[in-house]
Amino acid sequence: MIEKTYAGTAVACTDEGYLQELAQWNKSIGTEIAKEESIDMTPKHWEVISYLQDQNKKGTALTIRSIGKSGVVSIKEFYELFPEGPLKKASRIAGIPKPVSCI
Amino acid sequence: MKNMLILGAGTSGTMMANHLNNRLSHDEWNITLVDKEETHYYQPGFLFIPFDIYKPKQVKKSIDKFIPNNVSLIREKINKIDKDQNKVFLQNGLELNYDVLIIATGTDIAPDEIEGMLGDKWQKDIFDFYTYEGAKNLRNKLANWKGGKLVVHICEMPIKCPVAPLEFAFLADSFFINKKMRDQVEITFVTPMDGAFTKPKASKELGYLLEDKNIKLVPNFNIERVDTENKTIIDYGGQEVEYDLLVTVPTNKGDEMVARSGFGDDLNFVPTNKGTLQTTVKDNIFAIGDATNIPASKAGSVAHFEAEILTENIMRYIKGETLNETFDGHANCFIETGHGKALLIDFNYTQEPVTGVFPLPNVGPLSLLKESHMNHMGKLAFKWIYWNMLIKGRHIPFVSSHMSKSGKDIEVKNEPELIK
Repeated sequence: MIEKTYAGTAVACTDEGYLQELAQWNKSIGTEIAKEESIDMTPKHWEVISYLQDQNKKGTALTIRSIGKSGVVSIKEFYELFPEGPLKKASRIAGIPKPVSCI
Repeated sequence: MKNMLILGAGTSGTMMANHLNNRLSHDEWNITLVDKEETHYYQPGFLFIPFDIYKPKQVKKSIDKFIPNNVSLIREKINKIDKDQNKVFLQNGLELNYDVLIIATGTDIAPDEIEGMLGDKWQKDIFDFYTYEGAKNLRNKLANWKGGKLVVHICEMPIKCPVAPLEFAFLADSFFINKKMRDQVEITFVTPMDGAFTKPKASKELGYLLEDKNIKLVPNFNIERVDTENKTIIDYGGQEVEYDLLVTVPTNKGDEMVARSGFGDDLNFVPTNKGTLQTTVKDNIFAIGDATNIPASKAGSVAHFEAEILTENIMRYIKGETLNETFDGHANCFIETGHGKALLIDFNYTQEPVTGVFPLPNVGPLSLLKESHMNHMGKLAFKWIYWNMLIKGRHIPFVSSHMSKSGKDIEVKNEPELIK
């Protein structure tokens, strides 16, 4: 576990840079993490982020398919917004855990 | 008389029938199982069939063999559940009333979910090993295959036994070395996840495996379609991987019956409380094993631990008591790494797999997250345990349904509250 400072706030992160607690997240923190991922956030990006956070609060495991069927974005659009590994990048910006398998 | 109805006589359903047969009063309860199949497959054995380590006949037995005499088995397809009337409709028109329903209908592959997969090359250049037929066909293909690009691929998560594709890649490396043709085979592992190992401790301990075995990794690959003409898989980001032989794990979906009943998620998995195993569909409907949407691995060992907890909760439900939210996502799996060695992993919802020994603290004899011959013997011995203990609902000595911390290298500062 490491501590990082985004937008003047110290937050607990995993070694891979994912927030430990969604409760510590705010939009300014999200914007700075997005910069590290070379992404300039637009309203559409935020719409996706907010969907991911809602699903995370419900305890639903996120998949590319579920995002494609969410009505928020198509899978193609999701890739355009968050190129190369969209689920991984978007999860990091959203302050939710990295999608993992069992090992 | 009251009716306990179990849908599906696979690993979970058969275990529940055995547990409940021992616990429910036969003067008060009828127990009925419904399944269309005649054969009970030892699914962990499918992995070994393509490499001719197991013969097909070693992984199948009659479904009836494991069902107690007091339990009725109805061999018929399930049409749908009517939760409001507490009824299940079968394909032949039969209607079954229930007081308590357990959904144990598992998951199956759905190659039709990916454009181009289920075409004329299916079971010719493109194979699965998650079905009995697929594993057998792949064995025949590998017996005569001249080599080329072998791509081992996961379409999307969640899948049954998430480590099986990796085990397949490891066993393929051994198989081709033994056939003295490893230099003619390029093995690539393609996954939608960000690596072959996604958790820190496993990545650290096992990262060497792919490199040692000369297995190429393509991570973050979310397949959009298969181009069978050019023998290429293409992802949504435009990435392409060429294959001569594609061994894929297609999308896994729950039974269509779940969709026909009007509940289930995008993939027909049943919404279920991850601690109690009661569905959120209705109080008297429970679910177990691969059929649920809980964030635990879809694996027989998980179903085994769930069965012990679900049995307690069904007994509590019948008595009108509050259910225990005690299922912790415990899983315990052997992972074949080839050349007569295997790993063992033990983990739950919150605790990632760690090093240490199992099942006896400080003794073992099995080592966690490390390759050993003993673990491989454990994996092979598990077939006997499965047929003789596990599906009959017998408790496996020293192995608790909750994950134990003893004998494991768990960092205390990160102690998750769910672990006892």
